[in-house]
Amino acid sequence: MVNIENLHKKFNKNVVLSGVDLTINEGGIFAVLGPNGSGKTTLIKSILCMVIPNKGNISVLGENIKNNAAYRHKIDYLPQIANFPNNLKVKELIKMIKDLRGKTEADKQLIELFGLEPFLDKKLGNLSGGTKQKVNIVLTFMFDSPLIILDEPTTGLDPISLIRLKELIQTEKANGKTILITSHIMSFVEEVSDEIVFLLEGKIYFKGSISELKTKTNQPDFEHAIASILTNNHA
Amino acid sequence: MLKILKYSFYDLMRSRWSYVYLAFYLLLGTVLLFLNNDLSKAVITLMNVIIVLVPLIGTIFGVMYYYNSKEFTELLLAQPLKRSSIFLGQYLGVAISLSMSLILGLGIPFILYGLFKSSAIWDFSLLLITGAFLTFIFTALAFNIALSNENKIKGFGYAILLWLFLAIIYDGIFLMSLIMFEDYPLDKLSLVGTMLNPIDLSRTLILLKLDISALLGYTGAIFKKFFGTNFGLIISFIMLIIWVILPTLRIVKKSRKKDF
Repeated sequence: MVNIENLHKKFNKNVVLSGVDLTINEGGIFAVLGPNGSGKTTLIKSILCMVIPNKGNISVLGENIKNNAAYRHKIDYLPQIANFPNNLKVKELIKMIKDLRGKTEADKQLIELFGLEPFLDKKLGNLSGGTKQKVNIVLTFMFDSPLIILDEPTTGLDPISLIRLKELIQTEKANGKTILITSHIMSFVEEVSDEIVFLLEGKIYFKGSISELKTKTNQPDFEHAIASILTNNHA
Repeated sequence: MLKILKYSFYDLMRSRWSYVYLAFYLLLGTVLLFLNNDLSKAVITLMNVIIVLVPLIGTIFGVMYYYNSKEFTELLLAQPLKRSSIFLGQYLGVAISLSMSLILGLGIPFILYGLFKSSAIWDFSLLLITGAFLTFIFTALAFNIALSNENKIKGFGYAILLWLFLAIIYDGIFLMSLIMFEDYPLDKLSLVGTMLNPIDLSRTLILLKLDISALLGYTGAIFKKFFGTNFGLIISFIMLIIWVILPTLRIVKKSRKKDF
């Protein structure tokens, strides 16, 4: 599905990724974890070609992504911070993205699911953070792409929406899609993900299932397993 | 690219600033016509205003639009769109809507005053075309500056400096060098000097067309002597086109390598 070879990226002198090799197979939910500044977002943005790597190759569904825009038809991306043009209405934004990407009917159902009907005629600048995130989720899930990338999807969501989001993720998984998630909420990751990738200092420190991580670190639960990696490496 | 252009254009058309800009030109055109009471004279006064003001507005608007639409750009980058079409679309959206404000804002009062019956129609059209060129050139330069500077304040600073340099300082340096090296033949130097500054180039172009020797100045006179009126017009147009193309190419190149 996604194949990353020897990926290097630095911003000025700040080395963020140094030689990441990663293969993500089709189907299932993968969580990319790591401490702040470990390069999770950079890794994801490199897959989307929003960040241009200094070195290395990335291919998505067998296509090399360099100088290629069409492959993004196969990716749905939920950005970390939902920033939208402020003077646009929710309705107009959805219409615009549809115009740019192609037709879909799934938006109506998603709008209903997250209760966004009362906000459709409001300007995006006047929405609260959580509502913006819901709009963001609608925009991401309304297209039927084989790869879904979610960067901190839980930010600002209320408990009901969080449950809906989890259900949505599970439905997409059942449809055979590949989902890539980054999150700081360990309980969320533990609940949804099949496999985790742990980034540390620009490299992949661990890749495997949660139970494998528990055995490796000799810890009874997931949260402590992650904490032990961090303390052992920073002590 | 056309879709992005459409959205940028609508976005700008809905913003208050386009109307302020349009209203300003409407007012300027009307006031000038009332004060001068003569179309040709109004054209000359207008030239002096346009040549300084249009680049300033183009620069400020270009930089402002780029920084303000950063979020929109990031949203677009995750879509299956080419980077060049995103940025060219935005650039053309800004440049076209600014040019439209200029052309409508000045065109309406002049047409109402009886432009079509006057002999000044060609001079006036040339003025508007040059104004549009200047808008395209300076918006492109502004986009270049904004693409190269993450920091808004720095970007604005450089943009204003660029305008100040090309609109005012350049002429000063140019004049000083002509005085300092007056013992040498300066024809070529002054020709090249004029070509390298789009504002000077536009001024020379309009004055050539208006054929007012008193206002032509040294470079204008050399331009006229060297190229003749018609050839001079063509050369200056070609130079203006190059001035649009080069920064536009750099927008494409720069945007391809940028991280978001």
